[in-house]
Amino acid sequence: MTDRASDNHIPDRLDVGWKPRMLRWETLLFAVAVVIFVFNANASPYFLDPWNLSDATFNFTEKATIALAMALLIVAAEIDLSVASIIAVASVAMGAAAQAGVGTWGLVVIGMATGALAGAFNGFLVTRFGLPSIVVTIGTMSLFRGIAYVVLGDGVYKGYPADFAFFGQEYVFWVISFEFVFFLVMAVVFGIILHRTVFGRWIFAIGNNPVGARFSGIRVERVKFILFVVSGLMAGVAAVMLTSRIGSTRPTIALGMELEVVTMVVLGGVNILGGSGSIPGVVIAAFVMGLVTFGLGLLNIPGIVMSIVIGVMLISVIALPILWKKIRAP
Amino acid sequence: MQKQDADSYGLPTVAEPVLRMRGIGKKFPGVIALADVDLELVPGEVTALVGENGAGKSTLVKILCGIYQPDSGVIELAGREITLASAEQAMAQGVSVIHQETVLFDDLSVTENIFMGQQIKGRFNCLDWRAMHKRAAALLSSLESDIDPGSKLKELGIAQKHMVAIARALSVDSKIVVMDEPTAALSYKEIEELYEIVEKLKSENKAVLFISHKFEEIFRIADTYTVFRDGVVAGKGRVSKTNQNDLIAMMVGRTVNQIFPKESVEIGNPVLTVQGFCHPTEFADIEFSVNRGEILGFYGLVGSGRSELMQAIFGISQPTGGRILLDGAEISIRSPGDATGRGIVYVPEERGRQGVVLALPIFQNITLPSLSGLSPKGFLDLAKEFELARSYAERLQLKAASLSHPVSTLSGGNQQKVVIAKWLATEPRVIILDEPTKGIDVGSKAAVHGFMTELVKAGLSVIMISSELPEILGMSDRVAVMREGRLIEIVDRKNTDAETLVRTAIGTSQPVGGEAA
Repeated sequence: MTDRASDNHIPDRLDVGWKPRMLRWETLLFAVAVVIFVFNANASPYFLDPWNLSDATFNFTEKATIALAMALLIVAAEIDLSVASIIAVASVAMGAAAQAGVGTWGLVVIGMATGALAGAFNGFLVTRFGLPSIVVTIGTMSLFRGIAYVVLGDGVYKGYPADFAFFGQEYVFWVISFEFVFFLVMAVVFGIILHRTVFGRWIFAIGNNPVGARFSGIRVERVKFILFVVSGLMAGVAAVMLTSRIGSTRPTIALGMELEVVTMVVLGGVNILGGSGSIPGVVIAAFVMGLVTFGLGLLNIPGIVMSIVIGVMLISVIALPILWKKIRAP
Repeated sequence: MQKQDADSYGLPTVAEPVLRMRGIGKKFPGVIALADVDLELVPGEVTALVGENGAGKSTLVKILCGIYQPDSGVIELAGREITLASAEQAMAQGVSVIHQETVLFDDLSVTENIFMGQQIKGRFNCLDWRAMHKRAAALLSSLESDIDPGSKLKELGIAQKHMVAIARALSVDSKIVVMDEPTAALSYKEIEELYEIVEKLKSENKAVLFISHKFEEIFRIADTYTVFRDGVVAGKGRVSKTNQNDLIAMMVGRTVNQIFPKESVEIGNPVLTVQGFCHPTEFADIEFSVNRGEILGFYGLVGSGRSELMQAIFGISQPTGGRILLDGAEISIRSPGDATGRGIVYVPEERGRQGVVLALPIFQNITLPSLSGLSPKGFLDLAKEFELARSYAERLQLKAASLSHPVSTLSGGNQQKVVIAKWLATEPRVIILDEPTKGIDVGSKAAVHGFMTELVKAGLSVIMISSELPEILGMSDRVAVMREGRLIEIVDRKNTDAETLVRTAIGTSQPVGGEAA
């Protein structure tokens, strides 16, 4: 027999050297963000103005707030493509309630509840019937948007209470907007959930091996259901902020936003097939996308070109690490 | 030289073997799958290849169809030495294999399946569908089958799919047809049809290698037999000159002493009792109980419903009837979480899919089912987690460079230790081990067996599913034998032997196939 004590000592932690740390996705992404920042600062004299920078945050905080919840879903190997349509339906619900004279806090509750309910509907279809979420949420993407169109037609809801504007337009401190603060707080909350709680560990286990997770006593369906509700809820919150910011509701509100949200998550290093990713990565990716959009805007580059830039960026960040590996290990 | 023996007087002489395999050996890390195996196949004869699970039959089949390369030995086809470097080559040399689960293309037509990889081409190098359809129809009608060559494969039954596979074999004019447990998924009537096809192949002077567990069919259709045991040939001869008991004796041999025998531990009161357990398709009327300090072995053929039964007890699937009692009190288990909470845990057979999360670090795998208990408020405590993971990793003598490495970097045996460690960390009372030493090296095997004894000494109850007789006989206090979803009997280890167990598991008095589920 072998001596157990000496033969079986397993070190607690792997020493993480500076090289693996440097090569982490988050680090690279952060470097990209810095480069874009410096480039923008040199390209336009207006870039470094604090109020302009603050304005820039409005471009991505709503999407980024949803991206946090989307990151959890994608790590769990699911996806919710209906988030933009959930915004539409939640905004319509708030608009109708505002017409009926509901106050500001009532509107917030209605927006969030509509989002959570829509998310629960997605979660129910996926977990109860075992349907693939990509199919379910492409379906509900049309369904929710359709409801918004049916209710509103060509019309528009205006006439929100004056103090409703707080969520999308007001500043908490100096140039720091409510939206931005809310996003940062949510980023911390979601970071803790994914990386520091048992629930977060379950998400990783499910994303890597749903069968193994089930055999380990994890209630896979329940975890997934919760994630869909959270995703809907965050879309509801985004609906509150967006509606408040633009002050009106049209059925086309947030059209196509789901792809930008997914782009943000994937750019943040979350594996689109599930199983790995981090919240810090998604947060940095949100900043990168915000800075690029804002910088191009300052240079008067039209929106269509921006979508080209985002597309190229996404493909290259996905392709580069794979090419890198192939070059290093021929 | 004068060659005047009994056979030449009016009787047909036994033909020369078309295929000779001599001294075939094949090693896998830690396991010798085949050692110095000889096999001959004669045209117009059916050779039955018999042996327990893991005796090396599948390895030999894979060598024959070019998937594995033997480490030693020669293969001769019609007296000429050949190599079967790939499946394509094997087929070109005239070896066709009909697998248990036919590996054909479900969404393609029968014709496309028959000519896959060897399409007939016409003018301009285009596919000549008319010729292929015509030839497919001719092949099928020569098999007296009424399958429409245009129908998609998924529209056919399993027996008909076998027929297509056979037609494919005939289309390349195979000299050798290997059938790997072809009747495993067939109904009684389909089996009869298959026998007719085998007769037909014989009459066309093909050499057939027929792999089977079922003695009835061996005696029904085979001319000669070869018995494998632990990778060596344990016996061969003509079927007409042997009987079932001799075959069983050759299959099991007398090799029980290779295994750690279980030390005797005092057996206590019943801990887990299962009453009248039923499932719509997998098992029915299961009754058993396992005692404190006991190892209860579950023996049976693959597909006898053992894993399905245990997964139902563990809450993976819901039974349609029956009760589970823990210490005499009825409990309800609706999910694996419930079972774990009650101290009943299950170490699954499919390690990579069900047992571990390969991409996650070792320590996270070990603590996965214990996390809720470890962190009552829901927040992870990495220090505590490491401590728990390390104590179990060391108890099981896990060999790993770091607990932070993903489980996928470990060998099979060490992965199995991770799965066992993960469940022991929940401090269970009953641990169900499903084929705990399947596919792991000898050293890890001994470690797992030694550890099982430690567990029962500590007062746990162990249920061990195993298809390996030496393991069942070496480790179990009592052995439950299952066949076709029924628990046939539970016997004391002292009152049984390998032959009896095999006979019970195979059910030699049952009609072949029985009522197919």
